[in-house]
Amino acid sequence: MKRNTPALMLAGAALLLTCTVVPAQKSTADGIARYRELLQDGNPAELVAARGEALWKEKRGPKKTSLEQCNLGLGAGVVKGAYAQMPRYFADTDKVMDFETRVVHCMETLQGFDPAVVTKSPYSGAGQRQTEIEALAAYGVEQSRGVPVRISQVHPKERAAYDRGKQLFYMRAGPYDFSCASCHGVTGQRIRLQDLPNIANVKEDAERAFTTWPAYRVSQGTLRTMQWRLNDCFRQQRWPDLAFGSPASIDLITFLGVNANGAKMDSPSIKR
Amino acid sequence: MKRKIALGLAGTAVLVGCAVYTAPTQEETLQVVKSSFRERGIAKLERLNQSALQVACSEAALTGKEVPKDVRARLERQALATVKLPADGVYFGDFKQGERIAQTGVGLQWSDNDKTVAGGNCYACHEIAPQEIAFGNIGPSLKGYGKLRGNTPAVVAYTWGKLWNSHAYNACSQMPRYGDANILTTAQLKDVMALLLDPNSPVNK
Repeated sequence: MKRNTPALMLAGAALLLTCTVVPAQKSTADGIARYRELLQDGNPAELVAARGEALWKEKRGPKKTSLEQCNLGLGAGVVKGAYAQMPRYFADTDKVMDFETRVVHCMETLQGFDPAVVTKSPYSGAGQRQTEIEALAAYGVEQSRGVPVRISQVHPKERAAYDRGKQLFYMRAGPYDFSCASCHGVTGQRIRLQDLPNIANVKEDAERAFTTWPAYRVSQGTLRTMQWRLNDCFRQQRWPDLAFGSPASIDLITFLGVNANGAKMDSPSIKR
Repeated sequence: MKRKIALGLAGTAVLVGCAVYTAPTQEETLQVVKSSFRERGIAKLERLNQSALQVACSEAALTGKEVPKDVRARLERQALATVKLPADGVYFGDFKQGERIAQTGVGLQWSDNDKTVAGGNCYACHEIAPQEIAFGNIGPSLKGYGKLRGNTPAVVAYTWGKLWNSHAYNACSQMPRYGDANILTTAQLKDVMALLLDPNSPVNK
């Protein structure tokens, strides 16, 4: 119920803006588009990214080390452009990892943090201060702004991640029988007034879905990462809780990323 | 042909020192998925155990091939058999309550609990009463539902069945099984019936 309120308020605001009632669908959609445009003026995510950068460079943890030697796939210490090529296979862990799980790996290996503690509450509450993972993700993705997405499909584990991610995308389960494709497999569909990207079939939609996360979510007053985005989709699908950094989460992000290959990263963005 | 490609790949794989790629089976994927979710509150892990219908409809969506006709007919028959008619023979409640249920989207998420009164979230996918302009379009418009279809026993039975288990009339329907999955109570279903079919409901004005 709570979650519907912003949509209703938007609808009201849109009506006021356009001073016309008919056709309602068009005018409300236009109103929302204008609202989104106005949001672009100042993005609080910049502050989150700045805090992430400070966290990245600060000597912290039991080993009193910074994350500056963290290898995000382009060599130790290279942050620029790394996010746009993740998830990717890492030989040192023999795993495909996304940015968020790789950062946790570096916090463990370089700084000596306990990964179980770091990932216990990976997402901030609405209006709360961002978690360290969120701040670091904001910094990391900002360092890839404008960089074309290039998710590798060379290693067999990268290909397997994509294939499993695709299967999961269409998997219907739970008391509501929902899959990702229930909402994101047809063009022109909406939930209430929220347009739904057709991630599986429309290249442009897949690109936008991948390149605009992490994002500052105005309605929640905090920054949200790709791991959070998937977790919250599954909550609404009435599935159990998708574990942070779990294989299935990496598989889905790989599927989304490969579908967005070639598009330019444009994040952290700002969303309604 | 496929074999040749596989052999070619095998050659490359040997060169880069990797194993030959074989795509994961559905079963392997399911194991990975099951290891990736945690039970939380009311959302138990058993929710990941797919029904025969969920398996068939997932496969159809993944491959883009329709569910075979005979399978489809059997799934629809089985879904229809789950429909429980109201024991008191009364199909209609209060359309005002029905509107509230149609507006509310909570229920059965791990962020809810067993005291949460679930809604139907009908407006997420359907246009219903003309006053509500914030409606989705995944399902068809239900504006004027009763006025257009009338109140015949056949319409009443179909509508009750559709709400109870939508798969009875369309095997891979995206609509939740509001009765069969215990999302709404029988009393709530009657309220939604009234919203759709009561001549005084705003839907039929």
